[in-house]
Amino acid sequence: MESLNFVYDLLGKNIVAYILLALLPMAFLLPYALVAILGELKISAWIQERLGPMRTGWKGVLQPIAEVVKLLQKEDITPAAVNKPLFNLAPFVMFAGAYAAYAVIPFSSKFVPVNINIGLFYVFAISAFGVIAIVMGGWASNNKYSLLGAMRAAAQMISYEIPIAVAILAIATLAGSLDMQEIIYKQGGGFWNWNIFGGPGAITKIWVIPFTVTLFLIYFIGSLAETNRVPFDIPEGESEIVAGYHTEYSGMKFAMFFFAEYSNMFIVSAIITILFLGGWQSPFGNFLNGPVWQAFWFVSKAMLFVFLQIWLRWTLPRLRVDQLMYVTWKVMLPIAFVAFFAVALWAMIQ
Amino acid sequence: MSETKTFEIDFGKVYSERMRLNVGPQHPSTHGVLRLEVELEGEVVTEIVPHIGYLHRCFEKHAENVTYPQVIPYIDRMDYISSMNNEFPYVLGMEKLLGIEVPEKVQYIRVICAELNRIANHQIAIATFGLDSGAFTPFLYYFRDREMIITLFEKLSGGRLLYNYFWIGGLMHDVHPTFAEDCLEIVKQVRKTNDEALDLLMYNKIFVERTANIGILPADVAINYGCSGPVLRGSGVPYDLRKVEPYSIYDKFDFDVVVGKGEMGTLGDCWDRNIVRVREIYESCKIIEQAIEQMPKEPCDVRQAVPKRIKPPVGEFYCRAENPKGELGFYIISDGSPKPTRVRARATSFVNLSVLPEISKGYMIADLIMILGSLDIVLGEIDR
Repeated sequence: MESLNFVYDLLGKNIVAYILLALLPMAFLLPYALVAILGELKISAWIQERLGPMRTGWKGVLQPIAEVVKLLQKEDITPAAVNKPLFNLAPFVMFAGAYAAYAVIPFSSKFVPVNINIGLFYVFAISAFGVIAIVMGGWASNNKYSLLGAMRAAAQMISYEIPIAVAILAIATLAGSLDMQEIIYKQGGGFWNWNIFGGPGAITKIWVIPFTVTLFLIYFIGSLAETNRVPFDIPEGESEIVAGYHTEYSGMKFAMFFFAEYSNMFIVSAIITILFLGGWQSPFGNFLNGPVWQAFWFVSKAMLFVFLQIWLRWTLPRLRVDQLMYVTWKVMLPIAFVAFFAVALWAMIQ
Repeated sequence: MSETKTFEIDFGKVYSERMRLNVGPQHPSTHGVLRLEVELEGEVVTEIVPHIGYLHRCFEKHAENVTYPQVIPYIDRMDYISSMNNEFPYVLGMEKLLGIEVPEKVQYIRVICAELNRIANHQIAIATFGLDSGAFTPFLYYFRDREMIITLFEKLSGGRLLYNYFWIGGLMHDVHPTFAEDCLEIVKQVRKTNDEALDLLMYNKIFVERTANIGILPADVAINYGCSGPVLRGSGVPYDLRKVEPYSIYDKFDFDVVVGKGEMGTLGDCWDRNIVRVREIYESCKIIEQAIEQMPKEPCDVRQAVPKRIKPPVGEFYCRAENPKGELGFYIISDGSPKPTRVRARATSFVNLSVLPEISKGYMIADLIMILGSLDIVLGEIDR
């Protein structure tokens, strides 16, 4: 099998290569977070007919840097009544969970930090990590609002993860693999072969397209709940429980929660891209499908979903916690099961 | 963490403790410095006690120590987002008491200002109600429009929030030459944004889910508690002082009293109270357009009827008018001196807030915030 990693090709398998591999996602994540913060500021401004930040740099493009500097300068407050070890650990657990998922994200056919054959399962497992951190932070804050936020997050997690799991399962059945690179390879040859359009196959696959599109929507809705974005920002619902689990956090620890949220936004967008939109595959078959172009396609597809999340955030109101559970358990889950059976049937007769 | 508790766990039974949560006075959505002591079972509200008084400014005591015209700036500061409407009942009552006949143009300007201010107030109410539900964008759309109204008031009176524009017997100044065009432009823009907000927020599925069947206020409870304004009309009672006892020149205009119909859920829920405000904006636009058309065009001395010295006869009287939030009244006792002996305000928000514990039990804490938002309170008026 050809190498999946240009770093190993260049350096061979040694300690320098390992460290470089671990740091490469960070080299992507930091600029991405700045772009996403700027995007959030500017897109919300355009939606609301404002200008947004205009003073820092040309049209305010340096605003994210100013905000990061501001957060770094802030005093790191640890309230007296908190459980100090847990309180101080929670933001880092949150970020660790968000960063660990990057280990298996294939940016291109030539670059995936670690290619394991159960990559999808790994991402799914690691993304549940964030909730532990939220409950940790919420409970350790010794604040009733934080506690309510943490409890909501826990309830929310068990609700959205099951429809998401079914959607992932359906795609795993369709592709016959949990290996992300293999799922992507199977979707090669133009956008018509993407899983959202039923994956590669004869023209008879048309009947399965409604089900794959349904699964795509279910995964997307679930991913909004996973990243705590509107309309599912229930754990931090600012108008009800002030700021939820991060009410007591300030300065750099708050920034870690914030950073992790943006990092998670990219992760779920990347997973959607990999599962349904052909990952790094070019939409035009082999045209513009070199390793660097692949990274370009992958990041642009994922950023499209980041943009969608920002757009939704500034458009929709928030659901109530029991309504989220109603939607996930009683609406999304049965539909996901039906779609799963249809896709599984298609995979079988294929 | 300082307190250690020991629990004896009896398997088969689950004990849960109720939690007392202090919402406010510093909270993003208590609409000011209201403090709610809430008892929660999980997330369900079992008991709620509003605590008020954080914005108490001794309005009634102050009013006893100043002359009658000097009371008006204090009245502005009660419900500070609809100051024009606050001044209305006071000046009307004083004019009745003193037997002053104000020029026709003054009447029209007063009605236009009151209705513009009603629009501004409802815009804030709807916008913050949307904000309570998590919708951020309509908030800014409404505030952008409100800015136009505020700018117009600034041209009229010099103040953006607290105007002191209505005087006993007249107005502070005549309107500027482009007043009519400015008003019509505002009306056009307000209508456009309202249509947009109906699409974006009011009929949004999530918003309907959040507000319909929440905080149901039956008509009899609303009347028993003395609620008024959109809170009462949301329960289906067509009670509007502008129609019931047309003061000033409100009998000259053609407009409808908007009532809730229970379209999305039960009659008198949060959605109904909110939609009453949205539709009242259209009615106010209608009144403004008619008033602009009927208003005398030639300039007039708006201060011609302003008395030089105000010494009302001995007696006591009650004057009231339809504030955007409901019935605002002043009970004034005069002992014949230039200063009132007693000025008592029937604060709309105070009465409307009193119904909160009644209608919010058994709902979740997220609903409690929505119910509070749908009552549209202003703490400046509650605490005075």
